[in-house]
Amino acid sequence: MSNIPADLKYAKSHEWVRVSGDLATVGITDHAQHELTDVVFVELPELHKQLKSGDACAVVESVKTASDIYSPVSGQVTEVNKAVVDNPALVNTSPYESGWFYKIKLSNPSEVNSLLGPDQYKAQISAG
Amino acid sequence: MKRTPLYAAHQKLGAKLIEFGGWEMPVQYTSITDEHLAVRKAAGIFDISHMGEVSVCGAKAEAFLNQTLTNDLGKLAIGAAQYTLMCNEQGGVIDDLYAYRTGASEFLLIINASRIESDFSWLHSRHAAFDHRNDVILKNISDAMGAVAIQGPRVVDFIDNLSSQPAIGGTMVSRPTQLKKNQIARLQLSITEIWIARTGYTGEDGFEIVAPADSIKAVWNNVLELGRPFGLKPCGLGARDTLRTEVCYPLYGNDLDEETTPIEAGLGFFVSLNKEEFVGRPVLANQKANGVTKKLVAFKMSEKSAPPRPHYPISSAGPKAAKIGEVTSGTQSPSLGIGIGLGYVPPEFAKPQTLIEIEIRGKRAPAIVVPKPIYSRQLIV
Repeated sequence: MSNIPADLKYAKSHEWVRVSGDLATVGITDHAQHELTDVVFVELPELHKQLKSGDACAVVESVKTASDIYSPVSGQVTEVNKAVVDNPALVNTSPYESGWFYKIKLSNPSEVNSLLGPDQYKAQISAG
Repeated sequence: MKRTPLYAAHQKLGAKLIEFGGWEMPVQYTSITDEHLAVRKAAGIFDISHMGEVSVCGAKAEAFLNQTLTNDLGKLAIGAAQYTLMCNEQGGVIDDLYAYRTGASEFLLIINASRIESDFSWLHSRHAAFDHRNDVILKNISDAMGAVAIQGPRVVDFIDNLSSQPAIGGTMVSRPTQLKKNQIARLQLSITEIWIARTGYTGEDGFEIVAPADSIKAVWNNVLELGRPFGLKPCGLGARDTLRTEVCYPLYGNDLDEETTPIEAGLGFFVSLNKEEFVGRPVLANQKANGVTKKLVAFKMSEKSAPPRPHYPISSAGPKAAKIGEVTSGTQSPSLGIGIGLGYVPPEFAKPQTLIEIEIRGKRAPAIVVPKPIYSRQLIV
């Protein structure tokens, strides 16, 4: 079964958010990487880019398909993970740690409250 | 959606299923890359029961087919096979297929799943107009047959264990590994009879088995069991696609269609002008003699990039870059670790080493035209 850490928030579109003050780290879930399998290329948002929640901001390419990644929160990108660009397989092997995508300074921290908790996300993926 | 007789077996193995040509088929069981590399290094088994089978028999079967297909069936001994194409009057490809001579005047055609209806209606209308139609019996046996492909360098280590009996038809070998490339034999397998051919769509050594639909599950299970000690894995259509792309085998619907000729696709070797008249011959002969306006080329991305995908624009390189074509097949190559693909370009851009660019989501990435196949077994030691 998929790993769903209890301390994270989740978007319906399978991104996770780790919030620390007004900074958040974003990546894709274990369930998402498992569905994609064989991630071979990751394209991340530009540094300092302003994102609105729901914006298509990154692309993950598996052998078979390209999938858009949507920003679960609004704000400005403060850091992108170069390691995952150099080694896209990190998305598969470590989706919640070394496979993170970008860090973002939240412009509207209350948005986080409307994201899914781990139990809700679990319910969503088990419903298919 | 249609399901093959192996559908339940795929579900049990945890396959991810997708729609392909009207069929619900496994795209992968664990990972496309793992399955791909299993076939390159050890062995893999694929369900290809979705593919169509046509039986053509009778005293004039050879003459009928030789007027309908581009390759020369006269070259085939009993138990031999060839890759061939079925074209329309304009030389456009209706389908690409394998033709097996299973008896003196008996042929088995293996056709693409997505083309079964088009092919059969074309064959039917040709048959109705054929002078000796009473001497040709044409049967679509697609629903009655199942098929599997068993591919990879270790297959020869276990395939002979399928049966201890010598062949009862086709090429009269005493065991499957005596078959040469493009040969087929009929084997008795417990209570059922099967066809086994040394053919495939992966660029590796291997075999394809055609068996009655109600026996294919027993064949599948038997091969899985025999091959497991040698690293055999069940493989889905995802790996089938990356494997064939690396060796530049065309896929109908991507690289071939009714507006494209075999000569443009680089398949002139399978168009025989030294035989009787056949459909499309005037156009194909003219293209062989005078050249074509587009050619299917293989390319490799020059640097790390997102994988090329079908329909991405191809442009010339340099300051005066202009669109010259479109990608028809593209993927990340699991063997080479870089993006590869096929696409049509004008002949002046078709020479290996020509620099081109692939437009990926609005940005152009450098690529280079390479000789076919992009990957071959000898390349990697």
